[in-house]
Amino acid sequence: MAHTVVTGPQAPEQTTPVLHGPEPRGFSLGTLARYVVLALGAVVFLFPFYYMLVGSFQAKSDTSIGGAFPIGGWTLNNYTEINSRVDLVQSLANSGIFTAGVILSTIVFGVLAGYALAVLHFRGRGVLFASMLLVLLVPFQLLIIPLYVMIVRSYGLADSYIGMILPFAINSTAVFIFRQFFLQLPQDLFSAARIDGAGELRILWSIALPLVRPALLTVTLLTFIGPWNEFLWPFLITKDNSMQPLAVSLANYLSNVAGRASNPYGAILAGAVVLAAPAVALFVAFQRHFTSSDLGSGVKG
Amino acid sequence: MTTATAPAPAPAPRRAPGRRSALSRVLGRQPLGIAFAAPYAIFLAAVFAWPLGLAVWISFHDYFFTAPGASVDRPFVGLDNYATVLSDPDVRRSFYNVAIFLVINVPLTVVLALLLANALNSPIRGRTFFRSSFYVPYVTASVACVAVWLFLFSEGGMVNQVLGGFAPDPSWLVNSTLAMPFIAVFVTWKQLGLYILLYLAALQSVPKELYESSSVDGATKWQQLRNVTIPGVRPATTLIVILATITGANLFTEPYLLTNGGGPDGASASPVLVMYQKGIEQGNPDVASAIGVILVAAVLVISLINKKFLERD
Repeated sequence: MAHTVVTGPQAPEQTTPVLHGPEPRGFSLGTLARYVVLALGAVVFLFPFYYMLVGSFQAKSDTSIGGAFPIGGWTLNNYTEINSRVDLVQSLANSGIFTAGVILSTIVFGVLAGYALAVLHFRGRGVLFASMLLVLLVPFQLLIIPLYVMIVRSYGLADSYIGMILPFAINSTAVFIFRQFFLQLPQDLFSAARIDGAGELRILWSIALPLVRPALLTVTLLTFIGPWNEFLWPFLITKDNSMQPLAVSLANYLSNVAGRASNPYGAILAGAVVLAAPAVALFVAFQRHFTSSDLGSGVKG
Repeated sequence: MTTATAPAPAPAPRRAPGRRSALSRVLGRQPLGIAFAAPYAIFLAAVFAWPLGLAVWISFHDYFFTAPGASVDRPFVGLDNYATVLSDPDVRRSFYNVAIFLVINVPLTVVLALLLANALNSPIRGRTFFRSSFYVPYVTASVACVAVWLFLFSEGGMVNQVLGGFAPDPSWLVNSTLAMPFIAVFVTWKQLGLYILLYLAALQSVPKELYESSSVDGATKWQQLRNVTIPGVRPATTLIVILATITGANLFTEPYLLTNGGGPDGASASPVLVMYQKGIEQGNPDVASAIGVILVAAVLVISLINKKFLERD
C-alpha cells in the first residue's frame, strides 16, 4: 500500500467545476470526445469487477467472450467451495479486527497529534512535522526486515492482532489531514475558549472536534483501505490460518490449493468478491466524502 | 530520519494568560502539546526511525535469526553484505525490473490521470458515476484484483480469446519480455483513481481567466493544454510522480501472485520480493537489509531529483 495522499481542508464538492474555456451550449465535438474518453475509462475500470461478479456465480468457467454475458449456469457452489477451503467468517473477522484497530488508534492519536501540530505551540513541533513529511516518503515495505526482527523475533508477536496492527497504528496521512483541518479553524476560537478557562482537552473535544466532523469520515475511509487490503505484513507474521485476514488466506488459496478445486477460478473469484465487496460498498456509499476537494490543499502548491 | 522523542508529558501549568514562565520558555507556550503529540512521536520513533536504524545496523553485520532472548555474537562485516547484494544476479535483475516498471508506469500514470481528470472537469452528466468508477480499483485489495486479472489474462483466458492469432506466445504472465510491463500496466490501472482525484483537485485551482483570455487570443485546445493546464497542475504532477515511484519501490503482491513469485525465471521479481525470499525464506536478513537500505536511499534520491526537475522553470 502506498502512503496514499497528502490531503487538505474541505469545501463542499463543487457542483460546477472550472470550465475549460467557454463551453458552447448544445452538443459539440469536444463534448462528444469527453464522453467517449470517460466511457472508455469506465469500461476499463469496471469490467474486471463485473467479470469477477459474473464468474463467481458460474458453474463452469467459460473464457470465451460469450462467457462474460452468460444466460444460464448460475450457482452458489463457488462460495461454498471457497468457504470450505478458507474459513470466510473467521478471515473476515480477522480483517475486521485488524482494520478496526488501525482506524481506532489512528483517529484517537491522530486527532491529538493533528491538533497539537496545528494549534498548540510546544518544543519539538517543527521536528515532528518534518518527520511526518519524511515518513510519507519512506516506502514501508522496505522496513519489513527490521520490523519482522523486532515484532516477530524480539517481541514474539507473530500470530497476534497487536503484531498486525502495530506498524500501521497511526496513519501519517491521517495526522496530516487532521492538522490541515484544524489549521482552517479561526485561532480566535481557541484563545476565547482559553480565556474562559477551558482546558485544551475540553477545547479539542467540545469545540474543535465537532467542527471537523467531515474530516473524521474522510480519514476513516482513507485509513480503511490500508489494513483491509494489506497483504505483505499480515502474510509475513501470521502462520496460523485462524489468524489470517482474508487477503492473506485468499492469496494462499490462490497460490497453493487452487489447482485441486473443481472450478478453481470460480472459487477464487467468489473469494475476491467477498474481499472486495466491503471496501467498494463503503466507498460507493460515502463517495461524497472521498472527492477531489477532500484531497486538496497538498497539491494546490 | 529524525524524530522527536518527546520528553515525559509535563503537567499543564496553571498560569495567568500572558505570563511566560521559565517552564514555558523551555517547553513552549503550550507544553500540553507535547503530551498530545507524544503517542504519535513515539510511534514514529518505534516504527520508522528505529527500524530504519536497525536495518542499517543489520546490513553491516553478519546477522541471522535466533530464538527470542538468545544472545549470540554478530560480528561487524563492513560492506560485505553490500558486496554480496551488488554482485548477486537476482538482485541486479530485480533492480533492472523495477526500472522497467517505473519507465512504463510513471509516464502512463501521469498522462492517463491528467487525460481522465481533464475529461471529468466539466459539467457533464454522470460525473459522480464516472468519478466513483475510476477509484473502484484503488479501494479494492490487490489480491482481489489480481485474482480477476489472472483469469482474464491466463493462457486460454478471455483476452487471448479476443486477440485470437494476435495473442502473445508465450502468454502474458509466462512471457519473460511481457511479464514486467504487464505488471506495470496492472499497477497503473489499480492506482490511477487516486491520481485522477489529485489532478482533479489541482485543476480546480487553475485560474479560469487564463482559459478565457487564451481562447480570446485564439489559442487552440492543444495550446491551452500545453501552456495553461500542464504548468497549472505542476505541483500535482510532482506529487504524483513521487507517489508512483514509491508505489513502484514497494512492489510485492503483484509479482508474488500474478507471476507466481516473480517468474518466469526472475523476469518480474521486484526488490521487495527478493528481500522477502533472501531475508525470510532463506534466512539472510543481513543481505535483505542491505537491499532495503539501497532502495530507501534510491527512492529518496529519485524523489529529490524529480522534485528539482519538475519544479524547475
